[in-house]
Amino acid sequence: MSTALDLITRVRGVRGAMLVSADDGIVVAEQLMEGIKGSAVAALAASLAGRLRRAMEAAGTGASVFWHLQGEQGALLVVPGGKASEGAGGGAGILVVAVAEPDVNIGLVRLELLRAAEAFI
Amino acid sequence: MREASVRLVLVLTPAGQVLAQSGFSRAVDVMSAAALAAAIVASTAELARQLQQPPFAALSHQGPKHGFFLASFTAERGSLAVLAVYDLDVSSLGLVQLFYEQLAAELKAASPKGTVAKQVLAADFERELTDSLNTLFGR
Repeated sequence: MSTALDLITRVRGVRGAMLVSADDGIVVAEQLMEGIKGSAVAALAASLAGRLRRAMEAAGTGASVFWHLQGEQGALLVVPGGKASEGAGGGAGILVVAVAEPDVNIGLVRLELLRAAEAFI
Repeated sequence: MREASVRLVLVLTPAGQVLAQSGFSRAVDVMSAAALAAAIVASTAELARQLQQPPFAALSHQGPKHGFFLASFTAERGSLAVLAVYDLDVSSLGLVQLFYEQLAAELKAASPKGTVAKQVLAADFERELTDSLNTLFGR
């Protein structure tokens, strides 16, 4: 787990990475810089993931594979791994979450998040 | 409660006295839940004592549709416990924990400081017991 997080946090501009239980919103593993409230990010990201999954099911777009929320002072990037990307009742899945600077290389972080998520399928 | 999408919340003393509730529709439900929650707090505290460790901070149970979260904290005037029941469809343990921590911090800050707890008088106890029994049996 720590190796997967290492690869994500090694990308320039990434302030932290976490593995989050999609069902419970609880941190499984984390590597975060000081000042980031890991448990709060995990709980809220898992809640958002659940709602997004239902919205995408309703829209008929299929499961989400990556989402990117851009803020003024940073970005939140998430890849649902394992069963978290499946439909309702997908069960115990993992969210791979990265917190990054606003000018981070999104493509590179996405690649590392997808690689980390593959490890949990 | 709204932000955590919690269905029921109860704030109580370890003795089972209810300080606040939300989501319950009947007084009997509140009293039953408070009595059961207080019993769980007492049981887990004793279990922790027998294991020679500090009391457990929180307890979580999850069923197929609902989960409950029971945690206690120490405020200025003694311990308080919070019982939350949530739907697994719209909430999660992490979310409930997050907002519980905020609630506990706010209750600690709101708790009167530097005052001595009043002795519970026998007359008060008898009156409260009578009121509770009357409510329980609908008199």
